[in-house]
Order: sequence, then structure tokens, then C-alpha cells
Amino acid sequence: MEQKYKKVAYYPGCALEGTGHSYNRSTKEVGKALGLDLVEVENWNCCGAMEVKNIDPKIQTYLSSRVMSIAANEMGFDTVMAPCNGCYHNLKKAEYDLGQDAETAEVVERLSTKAGHETYKAGQIETIHALDWIKDSLGEEGIRQRVKGGLKGLKVANYYGCMYTRPRHIFPEKDKGPGSESTLKPHYMDDLLAAAGAENVDFPLKTACCGGAHTLSDSDTSTRLVLNILRAAEASGAEVIATECPTCHSGLEMHQIRAEKKLGEKTGVKIVYFTQLLGLALGLGARQVGIHENVSDSLGFLKQKGIA
Amino acid sequence: MPIHEKSLIRPENLKTSGESLVIDGIDVSGHWSTFIQSRVVRDYDESMEQEIAALPGGEYIHRCWQCGSCTNSCTVNAINPDFNPRYWIYLIRMGMKDELLRDKDIVWQCVSCNKCTYACPRDVVPEGVMKATAHWLELKGHTAKSHSTVFDEIFSGQVIATGKIEEGRILRGFFRRTGQVLMQDWVVELVRRMIRHIPVGLLMRMGMANVLRPRTRGWGRARAALEEYVHEQEARHRKALGLDHPAE
Ligand code: SF4
Ligand code: SF4
Repeated sequence: MEQKYKKVAYYPGCALEGTGHSYNRSTKEVGKALGLDLVEVENWNCCGAMEVKNIDPKIQTYLSSRVMSIAANEMGFDTVMAPCNGCYHNLKKAEYDLGQDAETAEVVERLSTKAGHETYKAGQIETIHALDWIKDSLGEEGIRQRVKGGLKGLKVANYYGCMYTRPRHIFPEKDKGPGSESTLKPHYMDDLLAAAGAENVDFPLKTACCGGAHTLSDSDTSTRLVLNILRAAEASGAEVIATECPTCHSGLEMHQIRAEKKLGEKTGVKIVYFTQLLGLALGLGARQVGIHENVSDSLGFLKQKGIA
Repeated sequence: MPIHEKSLIRPENLKTSGESLVIDGIDVSGHWSTFIQSRVVRDYDESMEQEIAALPGGEYIHRCWQCGSCTNSCTVNAINPDFNPRYWIYLIRMGMKDELLRDKDIVWQCVSCNKCTYACPRDVVPEGVMKATAHWLELKGHTAKSHSTVFDEIFSGQVIATGKIEEGRILRGFFRRTGQVLMQDWVVELVRRMIRHIPVGLLMRMGMANVLRPRTRGWGRARAALEEYVHEQEARHRKALGLDHPAE
């Protein structure tokens, strides 16, 4: 199969340089193992995360557009890959707003000119998620061929969160029938991990919200939302929750502990990035994909399963 | 999930008959002899909808046809039935400010999950309306700045200043400004579990990020342009809300 995204611009974003370090690391390692090249966007800036839009959505659009402008205009890429749901969402939203709203385009042009770089124009670059990157480049068959060891029937709940599918209108390529990603019942992560030998459980809260936007400013709400997710995963028979976003991932880790300390609610399900699971299935070492950096201690468990 | 609607049958609106109310020789006292006092609403705030529509996110509030899909799908509504986007949009469009102010301290709790935006058949973007309403309440002085707004300000301030953020700095700034103790028991536990396996190199790198703030090179001009834009917008919003005295 031809590798659709053989070489793409890579936008890790701020979280992957901090709490999401092991996501950054495992994404790069998996890329290497699969023969996919990542070229980091030069001198990138924050996309605005979930906060800047609350001050002004157009600033967020500008911030995201600058990243796309560098990747497209200065580096000549037609695809930029962002593994963080927040970055991915914001770049997609900027793309949509710039194409649909003349006022936004005018503000972004003004800010870009003053900041001294080329203005990003809608349609110059395609933003994809790490899931698209792997799935569309190799397909399930490609993964199956490269698996060494595999996930040995590990029971996984695939958790996609909010920003990967909502709101629908900023993801025009989704919901296009068989084969495309679904915004209601996303399945790309399920497909990849199944191809790597996992047994996906029937998990009802794939796109539920973990309260990430208020993880610190309204911790009690976030703890309750996360606890719902953890409990539902356990009730579905999952041993592991696979994540695809550093905010979701650290939110689940943090509030798993907070639920234990504040509410006396202990849950044992492990929280692991999907790229870490994929890496292990491809025969990479546990350290190589940063399993030891996760807060929910899964190393012993994965070893016992014969996966790590 | 059923849609919870707020009842206007509140204690202060009730008229109870007392022990023995006898009408035409019939004793009508008892639990059913309870009437809602008629209410006349005179205090419509006709500018409220326009003001909220003038803030970012509120633009499409006029499209709402009250179907209730937003409330029905809402993450926060599921854990607190008083959090009701459809109802608030109704109150705002009717200009029923006093009713809205009863819920002033929970509007900010919207977690931006966009389930409402996904479900809304009229593209109202209720998530945006929640943000605009929360800001309106703060700007008008009906509520103090929520923890969420404080966090947004610290975060955005750092992005505008340097182009990037550093999580540790944001965290400490937030706990300081909201007067919370940083080392709460669960934070201690989190850190304890985090550093159990983390290699020294990474810890040092995370420590260094505190000293050498990560920043985007040549950000100065972007910073100046963004700061100018923010001031411009702040002035615009204050004007739209009829606030003449300058921001504190
Ligand atoms: S879903 Fe949209 S149209 Fe329906 S009540 Fe909510 S905001 Fe109004
Ligand atoms: S974005 Fe806010 S209002 Fe909309 S469903 Fe989520 S929590 Fe509710």
C-alpha cells in the first residue's frame, strides 16, 4: 500500500513538551518503526489550547494560522500532523473559520502582517491527527504485517474525548460513509489497536468529556466526569484505556488519583497512549515509548501480560 | 435523558391557606389549597440579548428556537440539572435578568465539550453563548471573575507574551491568584507517582523549563500586534455593554 503520509510536518504543541512527553516520544518512535517521517514545524507557537478562545476566538485562530503558515509557506508542506486533540481541533477550526468568515480572515491578515509573516490562506494545508497519519498511511493490513509480539488480546477501552469529533462542521472529511472516521462513533483507534492484537471492549463513553477545560478551575466537576469514564471502562471489562490526547490523558491520570483521595473511589484501569500500545505491539521497548513516564503504573501489568 | 425544567413554583411564589380555609362552608385547607401567586414581570432588560450577542460566542443567540437539544446533550447538565443552556437562552432573549441572575454562579461551569454545538439544529453554538454569558455576568459586575476566567487570563497572557506556555508556571500562577494551596494531598500524591519512574534527565529538563521559559523566537512583533488587538476588543466590548469607566 502506498504510504499516503510518508513525510509530513509535525506540530507537537506545548503539552507534548511538558506533561505529554511520553506521547511525543512514542509518536516519534512509532513513526520511525513504521518508516514515516516527521519534520517538526520550525519555531512554532502555542495554538491557543482551550483557553485563548475564551479571551477572543480570533486570537486563537491567528495563533493556529501562524503554525500552518510556517508549515505551508516556509517549509513547503501540504500536510501538518498534530497528535494533541487540542492542537488538531484548533488548526481544523482555524481552517474552517478562515474559509467561512471574512471578518476572521481580515483580522488574521492584519495580525500576520503586523507580526511580519505571510498570512495563512484557507486550503493551503491539510491538518491531520496522529490517528489519520498512521491509519491512512498503513491501513490495518500494514499494521498487521509489521506487528511483532502484538497486544495479545489486551482488553482496551478506546477513549477519543471531545475535541477530535466536535463540533462536526470543522471536520468535513469525517462522516463520509464506510472507511471514513465517524464523529458519533469514532473507530480509527479501535481499528489500529485491533490490528495490533488488542481486544476492544464495547465502551459507551468514547466521546464523553473529561472536563479537561476546567481540570484545575473546577476540579470537583472534572473528578466526577473522569470517574464516570473510569468506571464505565471497568464495567465494560477494559484493563486499559487508550488515549489520543495529552489533556485527556493527564486529566484521567490526575483525577483517578483525586477521586481516590477525595471521594475514596479507587479504580485500577490503566491509562496508556495509543501510540505507546502500538509501539509495544511493533516490538519497541517499554522505555522507548515512555511507559515509565505514565502516572498510572502500567509497566508491571504490561510485563505480566507479556506485552512489554 | 429527560430534560429538567425549572419550576416557577418556589416557596416565595406560593400562597398557602393556613390552617383552616373555609370557602362556602367547605374546608379547602390542606396541601392542594396552594396557589402560585400571580406574578407580573415588569423588569425586562431589553438590552441583555444585544449585549450578550456583542461578546465573542454570543453572535448567533437569536437563532435559537428552544428545541432543548443543547440541554438534553449537555455534560454539565447531567451532573447538575440547574445548568440549563436552553433555559438561559430563553431568559436572555426575553430579557428576564433577575431569573438569569439566580444561576449566575454556575454559568461559567460549561466545560466546552461542544455536545450542544454538535446537537443544535440552528447553529446557535450554545457553547459560545455560555462563554459570552459568563463574561457578561463578570463585566457587568454581577459575579466576581471565576477561577476559569482567571486561568484563561494567566494562560492567554503567557501565550501572548512569549508565544508558548510552560505548564508549571501556569499552575503556580493560578494557585497563587486564586489563593489555593498548591500542595494539596492529591497533588502531592500525583507528583509522588509521577517522579517514581521518571528519568533524571527529563526531570531536569522540566526543571529547566521553569528557568529558561520556552518561547517562540522573534515573537516581539506578534506580541505587540496581539496586545493592541486585545485592547481594541476590550474597549469595543465595554462600549457595547455601556460600561464607561475604564477596566480595572
Ligand atoms: S439546541 Fe440550539 S436551537 Fe435548540 S434550544 Fe439549544 S440553542 Fe436553541
Ligand atoms: S459545551 Fe458547555 S453548554 Fe455545551 S454541552 Fe458542553 S458543558 Fe454543556
